Amino acid sequence: MTQSYRIETGGLINRNKKISFKFNGVTYFGYEGDTLASALLANGVHLVGRSFKYHRPRGFFGAGVDEPYAVVQLYRNGETEPNIKATEQELFEGLKASSVNCWPSVNFDIGAINNFLKIFLPAGFYYKTFMWPKSFWYKIYEPFIRKAAGLGVASTKHDKERYEHKYEYCDILIAGSGPSGLASAYSAAKNGAKVILAEDKPRYGGSLLTSDVNIGNQSGKDWADAIISELKEMPNVTVKNRSQVFGYYDHNMLVMSEKVSDHLPKTKKYHPNKRLWYIRAKEVLISSGSIERPIVFGNNDTPGVMLSSAAKEYLKVYGVLVGRKPLVFTNNDSGYETAIEFKKHGVEPIVLDSRSNPQSEIIDEAKNLGINIKNSHVVVAAQGYKKVKSADVATISEDKKTLGKIENIICDCICVSGFWTPTIHLASQSGNKTKFNEEIDAFVPGVSKQNETTLGAANGVFTLEETLKTSFEKGEELSKKITEKDNEISIPNVVEKKYSKHDKFWCVPLPKGKSYKRFLDFQNDVAVSDVEIALREGYRSIEHVKRYTTLGMATDQGKTSNLNGLQLVSEIENKVVPSVGHTTFRPPYTPISIGAIVGREVGKHSKPTRKSPIHNWHEEHNAVFVDAGVWLRPRYYKRGNETLFEASKREAKNVRMNVGVCDVTTLGKIDVKGPDAAEFLNRVYTNAWLKLPVGKARYGVMLREDGIVMDDGTTTRISENHYHMTTTTAQAANVLSHLEYYLQLVWPELNVNVVSTTEQWAGAAIAGPKSRDLLQKLFPKTDVSNEGLPFMGYVEGDLFGVKARIFRISFSGELAYEVNVESDNGRFMWEKIIELGEEFQIQPYGTEALSTLRIEMGHVAGSELDGRTIPYDNALEGLLSKKKDFIGKRSLQRAAFVAEDRQRIVGVVPLDKKTSIPEGSHLVKDANAPLPNKKLGHISASCWSVEHDNPFSLAILKDGKKMIGEKLFVMSPLKNKVIPVEIVSSHYVDPKGERVRS
Amino acid sequence: MLHIKCPHCGMRSQNEFSYGGDATVKRPELNKEVTDQEWDNFVYNRVSPRGKHFELWQHLSGCRQWIKVERDTATHEIFKTYKANEEIA
Ligand SMILES: [Zn+2]
Repeated sequence: MTQSYRIETGGLINRNKKISFKFNGVTYFGYEGDTLASALLANGVHLVGRSFKYHRPRGFFGAGVDEPYAVVQLYRNGETEPNIKATEQELFEGLKASSVNCWPSVNFDIGAINNFLKIFLPAGFYYKTFMWPKSFWYKIYEPFIRKAAGLGVASTKHDKERYEHKYEYCDILIAGSGPSGLASAYSAAKNGAKVILAEDKPRYGGSLLTSDVNIGNQSGKDWADAIISELKEMPNVTVKNRSQVFGYYDHNMLVMSEKVSDHLPKTKKYHPNKRLWYIRAKEVLISSGSIERPIVFGNNDTPGVMLSSAAKEYLKVYGVLVGRKPLVFTNNDSGYETAIEFKKHGVEPIVLDSRSNPQSEIIDEAKNLGINIKNSHVVVAAQGYKKVKSADVATISEDKKTLGKIENIICDCICVSGFWTPTIHLASQSGNKTKFNEEIDAFVPGVSKQNETTLGAANGVFTLEETLKTSFEKGEELSKKITEKDNEISIPNVVEKKYSKHDKFWCVPLPKGKSYKRFLDFQNDVAVSDVEIALREGYRSIEHVKRYTTLGMATDQGKTSNLNGLQLVSEIENKVVPSVGHTTFRPPYTPISIGAIVGREVGKHSKPTRKSPIHNWHEEHNAVFVDAGVWLRPRYYKRGNETLFEASKREAKNVRMNVGVCDVTTLGKIDVKGPDAAEFLNRVYTNAWLKLPVGKARYGVMLREDGIVMDDGTTTRISENHYHMTTTTAQAANVLSHLEYYLQLVWPELNVNVVSTTEQWAGAAIAGPKSRDLLQKLFPKTDVSNEGLPFMGYVEGDLFGVKARIFRISFSGELAYEVNVESDNGRFMWEKIIELGEEFQIQPYGTEALSTLRIEMGHVAGSELDGRTIPYDNALEGLLSKKKDFIGKRSLQRAAFVAEDRQRIVGVVPLDKKTSIPEGSHLVKDANAPLPNKKLGHISASCWSVEHDNPFSLAILKDGKKMIGEKLFVMSPLKNKVIPVEIVSSHYVDPKGERVRS
Repeated sequence: MLHIKCPHCGMRSQNEFSYGGDATVKRPELNKEVTDQEWDNFVYNRVSPRGKHFELWQHLSGCRQWIKVERDTATHEIFKTYKANEEIA
């Protein structure tokens, strides 16, 4: 295919580098520096998609971020990405893209039938049409809408690309590198301020790339190039292209998305695809420019109808003619700039100006060039289906209400200019109270809430001279305040053409007897008639009209549609635009990849991974790991083809018969130190702590102020003023914060310090009847007899030269010890235990066996201490001191907490002694009772009891105390199970607790 | 994201802190008889003002100190921050 719409010379593309690409399976050529849009237009391709609702043919409307139509599916390096604007996607060798919203193809689209059924699809059609019958929604409506609509398909594969986040602080962040951005950046940088200048496009300069102006005796573009090269050399300045500042958040925090690799066929090694910058700026200068707005007329969505500024940009930047018979339809002088560019390249444009007798420098220039200008003329409707073929035009009366005789003009594109809308999104996001400027019929920033200033066209200033002057001054003023330096900058001379007043005209009336669709929102297919319906049906607030019609709700956020929508509402409602008000602008300004938002926090990196110092040993011995909070813990050690069930049974059994060792490094450990430590523990725990002697451990339960159990664990008095507290793995961080809260805020008079020592100690639990024999081998010099180291005793020992702490505590219900050494010696300790334990048939055991052992003993853990239970529920009421006050004590008097039939922990055994009980199942009285079947309790934890060789569960059961011996049913609708069970004591093994003391 | 001045560490981003609720709530003294209503007021009942609010934050990923922050709940403006032992004024 030849690039038949590319002019011979000119543009900013690199004609020496030809690039091939595919669109909808057809191969085309473009040049380096093209966008997908400019390259397609160079090849005369205007049909790029189908519209969202009516599936009408869609072409190109803009040339950048404002594009509502040309959204494509992109294929790059084996990946696919939806919702890509062809006007922003830079061309690279081998690029592949396809149309969206069309099936089976862009040329023959089934959904276009909606266009002929459009009387059924007016405003609110989603709410009305698909309401009834309900069953139709899932089976018919939704699948149809899903197939026929949407802006592309998300990839189902794992995204191989890398995305990064970066945090940055600066003095002044400048969003946009047009004239105001460049001028303010320059003067701020000269004063030594730390400046970040962000440009969303690949090229810097904004409007200077396409406007015919001179600054300081050079062209606007040359001036911009010179400023940029100077800024890039300055150490205090960061200049970033392809970088969109899309969100303005509290306390001057802005977020910018930098497209690092999207313009390349493949991301370079070690480079991210995109980089998200979180920037905290002292001052923000918004120089985001303005977007041309359309004039509304019949069939104004036909491919070939586009913004006049876009047509000019395609010509000046890319050397592409959007048509050979252009019609320019304007209400201001901007349209003439486009017409003059056409004329300069040998194309004869016709200008339709809605004004009756406009006079200005630029209009004179157009006249002198011999351009055909028709004043008081408007386009009534575009004709042509997949491409503009002609336009119905007519004269219009001075009051813009009456059309003259309609005449048909042959044309292949219609370039529209309805004047300019400042891009106020960022200012509005920051909390700026925007105001309506009657002069330009648009909202501009008003009173700032944060340190933010809007400059140039974004502020409604449309002359270059004033823009440069105010921007140089603002940059200087703000930077001077920060750096206390002042470098005077001389403001360059500006040569530009003076504009005459635009026409306050935005919508062409319908001719008699015609019902052309006149679109306001091109992406969401919202027409004038839809807004009229919404108002007729009683919607008044612009926010409601927006939601009912979906006006401005598409991914382009109504960049080209908002103001015309407001004009229409105000006209019908007979109000002024400012009293209608605009809808809220919310970040992001333009769609941002989910990948960029997630950054590196994906997959394994979504949270930190903590490993015990013994982790490598576990790995070497076939441990299968499980996530325990952020820790990785061995779940079981696999031997041969063992299943989880078999292995955990073997490991648990071995603890009951011989001896086992479990890595308990992950337990939270907190050092509590100070003369008031005992008093503090006495307030934190529910039981008494004042008389615990040195060298003794005690089990404690702590509550929240609302009486709910927060955590449990043992705390040991290491020395007079030093306690070693342990917490559950999951609650370690919360408990520390909890203790700090009371020490810093509630009882600052207590002389106590707390610090986490979780990572300082490696821990091994040695459990089983042979554990004492093993311990004696490990610590030959220490008296570990029942008298020397009784239950809940503590001694320090010497483990072959390594200092160790030995606690006689038990979680398994067996005779058991816990040995701690400094983390670095963790593996040494572990290997010694395994080595010397061999003669006692030692086996390491994982969390699954650990759970089995504690469940059959009736020891509570996280699944019972679930943030909903009080001490009584867990059979821990024996630990509640009557003599002293403690955190949460007063709450235990609440009526529900002292109720006779209060829930309580029980054991559950299936009657057949075979069927395993799913955790989370409900307990009911009658399995056949009608729904809702009253729930009496739930299964909190299940295991296979190795002691009794049958399934055993713990449950929290209503009136549990009285239910021992009752027969109930366990129901799990999720697993489709009904199991008859008997309620037994929660202490299924060694109910008197003799083993731990043996 | 808020920018909070920790009285110990200086200006830090919100993601280093965790929120701790109303700073004006006083825990009833230990061992003191309190009515159900007084206790409920301490444990559960909170006002949710629009405007100035004294609240607790902990500089969790910093100095771990609990601090008091005077913040406008509608605008997020932070007027002043206090150390744990400073009386709010
Ligand atoms: Zn701090």
